Amino acid sequence: MTAVGAGKLVRLGLQVLGRGGTALPGLVTLAIDPNAIGHLAGSLAHGSVCISGTNGKTTTSRMVSDIVRAAGWQPVHNRSGSNLERGIAAALAVDATWGGELRGDVGVFEVDEASVGSVLARLTPDVLVVTNLFRDQLDRYFEIDALARRIGEAVRSLPDTTTLVLNADDPIVAYLGEGYAGPVITFGVDDPTVGGTVPQAISDATRCPRCRHPLSYSRVILAHVGDWSCGNCGLTRPRQDVSANAVRLGPNESRLRLGGAIASAFDDVIIPLPGLYNAYNALAALAVARAFGIALPTATRALAAFKPVFGRLEIVEAEGRRLRLLLVKNPAGFNAAIGALLETGREPRILGALNDRDADSRDVSWIWDADFEALAPRIAHATVTGLRARDLALRLKYAGVPKDRVAVVEGWVPAIRAAIDGTPVGEELVLIATYTAMLSLRDALARLGYVGQFWED
Amino acid sequence: MDLRIGHLYPDLMSIYGDRGNVLALTQRAKWRGIDVETRAFTAGQAWDAEWADVYFFGGGQDLGQDIVGADLQGEHGDQLQRSIAGGAAVFSVCGGYQLLGREYVPEVGEPIPGLGVMDVTTRAGKVRFVGNLLAETDDGRMLIGFENHSGYTTLGPKAKPLGRVIAGHGNNGSDKTEGAVQGKLIGCYLHGSALPKNPWLADRLISWGLARRHGEVTLDSLDDTEEYAAQRQAAEVAKTRT
Repeated sequence: MTAVGAGKLVRLGLQVLGRGGTALPGLVTLAIDPNAIGHLAGSLAHGSVCISGTNGKTTTSRMVSDIVRAAGWQPVHNRSGSNLERGIAAALAVDATWGGELRGDVGVFEVDEASVGSVLARLTPDVLVVTNLFRDQLDRYFEIDALARRIGEAVRSLPDTTTLVLNADDPIVAYLGEGYAGPVITFGVDDPTVGGTVPQAISDATRCPRCRHPLSYSRVILAHVGDWSCGNCGLTRPRQDVSANAVRLGPNESRLRLGGAIASAFDDVIIPLPGLYNAYNALAALAVARAFGIALPTATRALAAFKPVFGRLEIVEAEGRRLRLLLVKNPAGFNAAIGALLETGREPRILGALNDRDADSRDVSWIWDADFEALAPRIAHATVTGLRARDLALRLKYAGVPKDRVAVVEGWVPAIRAAIDGTPVGEELVLIATYTAMLSLRDALARLGYVGQFWED
Repeated sequence: MDLRIGHLYPDLMSIYGDRGNVLALTQRAKWRGIDVETRAFTAGQAWDAEWADVYFFGGGQDLGQDIVGADLQGEHGDQLQRSIAGGAAVFSVCGGYQLLGREYVPEVGEPIPGLGVMDVTTRAGKVRFVGNLLAETDDGRMLIGFENHSGYTTLGPKAKPLGRVIAGHGNNGSDKTEGAVQGKLIGCYLHGSALPKNPWLADRLISWGLARRHGEVTLDSLDDTEEYAAQRQAAEVAKTRT
């Protein structure tokens, strides 16, 4: 039997058992043929794009997938967010026929930022996207300088036929393009009304990536992302090829006026997701479209019809309440999500769920870097649950949330029930959870009859 | 009454939620009606060595640690030493703890001198210690946190262990000690953040800090139900899952 066939068989077995295991077919495929990724991806007619970075890779990948589909292509995409080598191998194996022929013609691969090196060793993408690099799961990825160095080494191993798509506003990411011989497309926000002037507490790149001198910022958007320059060696934010020079953020959508190389007479681009970070995701996706030569109107039409991803601002109806699901995994992601929530002027009722399994970060200290202080004065009520519910309750206490507005409830179903009961009919409840806590909450919501199983999508 | 907190190198030495320690000192003082002011002390600016009552010195990335280590070999190091001699307390974690010690011995190359105010030495280890860390003090108080370090620290005679390791690795993974106390200086490998879940330690530092300008102060007791509930939950994880 071929490696692909074995992988497909495992997938079939899992489906029969009703299990959503998304990476196991890939593990089997790779065990039989370690070069399966390269072999399969090499036959994709339009090539492939790898999308990596700390935040936004899942949403950006889905946007790119929708865009290439709108262009009439057939993406092979590790959609369920299994973004290590095995997840990519699984996506390819599942797409292939039993004879090992791919049905798809373009690869859209989300790649874990710690796996960029090992994935690029097996696969040479036509486009490599790095969205941003923030502190995340320090127990697993360790320090951001080391991570950036490793991605930089992987980039230098690429032939100059690969197009780099880089966030110009993130100095660590932008610097990955320094000295690169192939084409680079940069993206970013160039709206002087967006952001402040002081780097935030969670900044990891206050030093110049080239000479280590402190960076100056004329505008800070999130953490160390913004309009940066080095007064010592003269390194500055690169010119943005794909930029938004006017960003209007609404409670449910954002409108972008495009500038840079793709500035045009077209209308504003509508992104049906709130939050500045989703504007960045959309700009990254548009930059990929440009790299693939897909027409702008095709790409923007696909974006306008975009549906949110699992736990990323998904909406679920439950007993007359609107449940908004927010997946958080690191301080920058938390601050961005909370920023989007508070922009709407609401006083949120929250169900917070903190877990400390491997996929969440075993080290929960990141909650102390997250800006709960911005959220605290606005919280109407918070129910907290999860394996480390007590840490979350303590974080809320030190952020200044009064004791009578916080309830610790053990168990997923009891926590959901308590939070829904505490939310008046017609109002919104915001579920903020780490990865495995979100899986458990989704599972409990499904058992209560409020939502379908997530691996159906 | 007021407490002055000096945050050492917050731009370079603040990872793993270490700023939660400054929050804990601040809130626990404010809840007792004590005014709090926090100032950053970092490279490239003039320091007022007379100002701070208690310093916090967190962990950093390798790059940050290199810059800070070099900075402490200059005037700022002398000023911090004078400040400590003048009665300021210091709470340090991980990289900060290592930099207060005598030296750091890398795997290759020359030892890197530390400030030398704590009688501890650190050498680069082969295995990185990552996981929940539970320790107990001589007088039966619990210490919980999350360690993430490849430097192995050993204590000289002037430094006393802060606690004895129950679960995890601690200072060096072999002698079962965690952290060090020397006068009003404390060093440890507890991220997490340390002080919110170890409120007795936060209060000890507040008392030490207040003593510098206000004499011995008896702190009002606080309701620490949430703090110890979080400590117990984390301790259970450390004992069963590490």
